[in-house]
Amino acid sequence: MNPLPNFTISKENHTTIICLIDRLDAKEAADLWKGITPKISPSPTRELILDLEKVTYLDTAGATFICHLKTFGKTRGYKDILIANLKPEYSTLLDLAKDISQKDFSGQIPKKLSFVEDKGKSVSDALLETKEFITYTGEIFWALVQSFLHPTKIRWADTFIIAERAGVDALPIVALISFIVGLVMAFQAAIPMQMFGAELYVSNLIGIAMVRELGPLMTAIVLAGRSASAFAAEIGTMRINEEIDALTVMGIDPVRFLIVPRVIASTFITPLLTIFSNLVGILGGALVITSMGYPIISYYNQIASFVEWNDFAGGMLKCFVFGILIATAGCIRGYQTQSGASAVGISTTRAVVTGIVLIAVFDGIFSIIYYYLGI
Amino acid sequence: MKQTETTIRIENLSAGYDNVPIMENINFEVLKGEVFVIIGGSGCGKSTLLKHMIGLLPPISGKVMILGKNLSHSSGKEKNRILQKIGVAFQGGALFGSMTVMENIKLPLKEFTRLPDSVMDDIVHLKLKLVGLENYAFFMPSELSGGMKKRAAIARAMALDPSIIFLDEPSAGLDPVTSAELDHLVTDLSASLGITFVIITHELASIEAISDRIIMLEKTKKGIVATGTPQQLKTNKSNPYAYNFFNRIVDKGEK
Repeated sequence: MNPLPNFTISKENHTTIICLIDRLDAKEAADLWKGITPKISPSPTRELILDLEKVTYLDTAGATFICHLKTFGKTRGYKDILIANLKPEYSTLLDLAKDISQKDFSGQIPKKLSFVEDKGKSVSDALLETKEFITYTGEIFWALVQSFLHPTKIRWADTFIIAERAGVDALPIVALISFIVGLVMAFQAAIPMQMFGAELYVSNLIGIAMVRELGPLMTAIVLAGRSASAFAAEIGTMRINEEIDALTVMGIDPVRFLIVPRVIASTFITPLLTIFSNLVGILGGALVITSMGYPIISYYNQIASFVEWNDFAGGMLKCFVFGILIATAGCIRGYQTQSGASAVGISTTRAVVTGIVLIAVFDGIFSIIYYYLGI
Repeated sequence: MKQTETTIRIENLSAGYDNVPIMENINFEVLKGEVFVIIGGSGCGKSTLLKHMIGLLPPISGKVMILGKNLSHSSGKEKNRILQKIGVAFQGGALFGSMTVMENIKLPLKEFTRLPDSVMDDIVHLKLKLVGLENYAFFMPSELSGGMKKRAAIARAMALDPSIIFLDEPSAGLDPVTSAELDHLVTDLSASLGITFVIITHELASIEAISDRIIMLEKTKKGIVATGTPQQLKTNKSNPYAYNFFNRIVDKGEK
């Protein structure tokens, strides 16, 4: 007799009888498997009987357990394995479990790619995606050209709403970041400058850095995080809800309808936000300089005399390009959204990453061009 | 209203994605004013066929002729002109979430006509009345029930008075009463306006109530396995696919 209460094992002549008791569900089956299998000793000549008379409940886990027990018995050398006293209400479930246990599903398991295949597929996917990205960029460019040739076809109402959301609503965060950048930069620069008694020249550094580089870059990065993700999420959700298909079958070009307003809004709002960012950043620097005892007019005069219109124009040109890149990255990633619950999240992440990478790359390109142009 | 004039002709269509055919050698015609239903088991390619018929997917081979024009080989303005003759109500409605019901229906009118705003408003109210949503013009799609969304989608599909309306599973996820209301709407619009309907559905009650003609698609055969009226398919034992479908018979051999 087995000490466990949910089964008993007895032996009569050449027959081993396992009597299963009470419930046979997932929990009990797990305990039984641990309890019974060590007790079934190798016995090539014997008969094994699984007695189900005392089973009060049998579910799919229990039925599968019985089939596995039969298979296990065969591996232990039992020639005949029988099920005894099966209640009629359990027979259908047991037949189904028997059917399943005899089928080989290994053919259905997707083939696992080898390391080389996997890497090759990644490269191929990346190339295809780049091709798709370039195609979409071309489509957007063409739609922009068409829109400027026929400005009445531009959805101006939507464009202004998007500009407000991407621009006006972003003012507080742009202000906060630019102010802190200006402030921190001024503090950091003031320490070595103080050694030479040249604190006032921190103004020159703040002015040129904000106008040429940090203003455009900070604004673009904030917009990539804020607006590119929003564009990707909006368009991605529309893709999943078949709204883009609906536009297409109405004969409305989704690129003109959805993407052009966003690109126009982003292109014009980025330079405006950058001007604001430059001013607030310079204000942050002013706080540091005035706290060192210099009058604000000296700070202003230093910047006004050092920063030239060329610097300002160079920064603004970058902003236009950054604005286009941010909107294009957001919209294309949204447009590429696949189906599934996580698809919009993935598109949003990719939009931000693509936006920031493009901003960094183009900022480098601009730096090289400006260097050679002597700007 | 049913006539012998062909509105849609599908010729040797091989349908699928990325040059992998799901269906091959599809041929059928839809006549003007009829309610034409496409049925078949899950995964047999009904929605794929619909996407080819409305120009969302290019055919692998063959062609889709809509009102005598080849939709498959058209592009740009020519394609847009064909698309303006059809309306599509997608399974989930596909209403634009950022617009009111009224703005949704007005959109095609604004894009393709030069009507004064007040006239467009009246047209929208008329369409909404036809689908029984006259009191919901200023609701957002998120404020509508599933059945209302589908009716609003039908109203939008009708905005430009198309000759053909495609409905993708209009009864899916609806209670029997709302589903029956949609059936009445389809038969009323077909009878009163002579619109041709192409409907994809599984609902036996709807199929029997509204369809003039049916084609049945089958996954393993990669094509059409039955064509006829609901009565013909329901009683014709020589075609086991359709007979089993209509009489809800489980063929374990096929499984």
